[in-house]
Amino acid sequence: MVLIYIDQAEQQIKKSSLEAISYGAALAKQLGVTAEGILLGTVTDDLVSLGKYGLQKLHQVSDASLNHFDAKVFTQVLTEAAKATNATVLVFAHNLNGKAVAPAVAVKLHAGIVTGANSLPDTSNGFTVTKTVFSGKAFAHINIDTAIKVISINQNCFGVQMHEGAATVEALSIAIPAASIKVTATHKVEGEIPLTEANIVVSGGRGLKGPENWGIIEDLAKVLGAATACSRPVSDSDWRPHHEHVGQTGVQVAPNLYIAVGISGAIQHLAGVNRSKTIVVINKDPEAPFFKAADYGIVGDAFEVLPALTAAIQKSKA
Amino acid sequence: MKLLVCISKTPDTTSKIAFTEGNTKFDENAVQWIINPYDEWYALVKAIEMKEQDPAVTIHLVTVGEADAEPIIRKALALGGDEAIRINIQSNDSFVVASQIAAIAKEGAYDLILTGKETIDYNSACIGSMLAGLLDLPFVSLANHMVLNGNTASVKREIEGGEETCEVTLPAIVSCQKGMAEQRIPNMRGIMAARTKPLKVVEPIAVQATTSIKTYDLPPAKSGVKLVAADNVDELVRLLKEEAKAF
Repeated sequence: MVLIYIDQAEQQIKKSSLEAISYGAALAKQLGVTAEGILLGTVTDDLVSLGKYGLQKLHQVSDASLNHFDAKVFTQVLTEAAKATNATVLVFAHNLNGKAVAPAVAVKLHAGIVTGANSLPDTSNGFTVTKTVFSGKAFAHINIDTAIKVISINQNCFGVQMHEGAATVEALSIAIPAASIKVTATHKVEGEIPLTEANIVVSGGRGLKGPENWGIIEDLAKVLGAATACSRPVSDSDWRPHHEHVGQTGVQVAPNLYIAVGISGAIQHLAGVNRSKTIVVINKDPEAPFFKAADYGIVGDAFEVLPALTAAIQKSKA
Repeated sequence: MKLLVCISKTPDTTSKIAFTEGNTKFDENAVQWIINPYDEWYALVKAIEMKEQDPAVTIHLVTVGEADAEPIIRKALALGGDEAIRINIQSNDSFVVASQIAAIAKEGAYDLILTGKETIDYNSACIGSMLAGLLDLPFVSLANHMVLNGNTASVKREIEGGEETCEVTLPAIVSCQKGMAEQRIPNMRGIMAARTKPLKVVEPIAVQATTSIKTYDLPPAKSGVKLVAADNVDELVRLLKEEAKAF
């Protein structure tokens, strides 16, 4: 049985988990087993309708204390849940919480793990999972050699896939261990789309000349429903907050569309964005290395191109 | 207060990535090796800052690798740290690596284990979490700020669309990312001192690998950028909508 971890924040199921369900359901079909989910805590979403993504059964440990993520507690509960349900493959989203617990759960289950998978495993001769390595510059095909297997999947690599269907929901009773952390403060950036969850990212570099010029980035992001990001020199100069820095040492993103404005495309920046499906580069320097990694490009002045592009998109959506 | 900082050797970001022996081995020819930036800039420098604030802090560095990892661990010692341990085994299996570090950690009774958020070669982000599983310790991942207060650490970690601050009682494991500390460059005094700092080589414990790398390959080359004239943004919108189906 394939057991998919359904991650929630503030009692809402994350988009990355819907993708994990779609992936897990396809994998279960490939293996000829059932696709089941495990949800910790309580959410406001309709659980039966998770069947639309291919989930057959959902196991819920509906203890309200699990509405706050705690790596040690979640590791223990998920391990017990995997044992109680006889899961043979566990699927996680390779998101913030998935990264924190999937390897620990694998260790507890004596299972091999591949994190950051980007396609379904090849099960014709073993169980070989493909993942990106060297920060997107290569792929490795890795066989999981243990009886139980754990996979976490890269975001936006498989897509959310909808079918007809309804999931049955079953309560799972597992003793909840004592909390190992105490959350003392939560700070959410209001009104912004989280960078790692965004389908579209609009990113600005030094070519924008100063923080006062970010309005044209934000306007474009707004019409696209996109998150905003920036290059390292921009966050190092405090033009933009650190959490917007994408690149090797900042945030790694893999949206459907990445629009880079006034960013030359240093290799360290590319390492954070090269898993994006489509890359658009807008730069006045035709020699900017970023054009080599781009799908579409405009050589031109951002201060002229961006407002025109924003207007054109607005028009196309009207 | 005893700290253990996990150090990994990775190819420099600008290294050419190529494979040999029928795409089964990473081609190390002409590769410039560095300390994994997350381990160096964030985990190690954070530990050094903690020692600067409280001289009673002891910093041990640990790396899993063969003799060719020594220049990297010496470089880490040049930045700071009191002594280093090299576990003499080369492995691409995260479970093997984490099990070796866990054995050292159990012996050393550390108050805090720091790792980088991931390595820039395999990008697996496994070691911190696996150590937490193996040692049954609290784990705070993707931390960008930490303050110690006696036996408690107050740690800020990234969450979707923001951050949260949590308190964790030591011993604990923290994986570090941008914001935790600022990059430093080793000075001559540090480099000289590193030569005489203890570097202990220990033999690995026996563990069975859980995964095996079959082959590698390179992503297909981009077919080339499609350039659109700056005064024709409508064409770009059309391509993004119809060809790329980007929105």
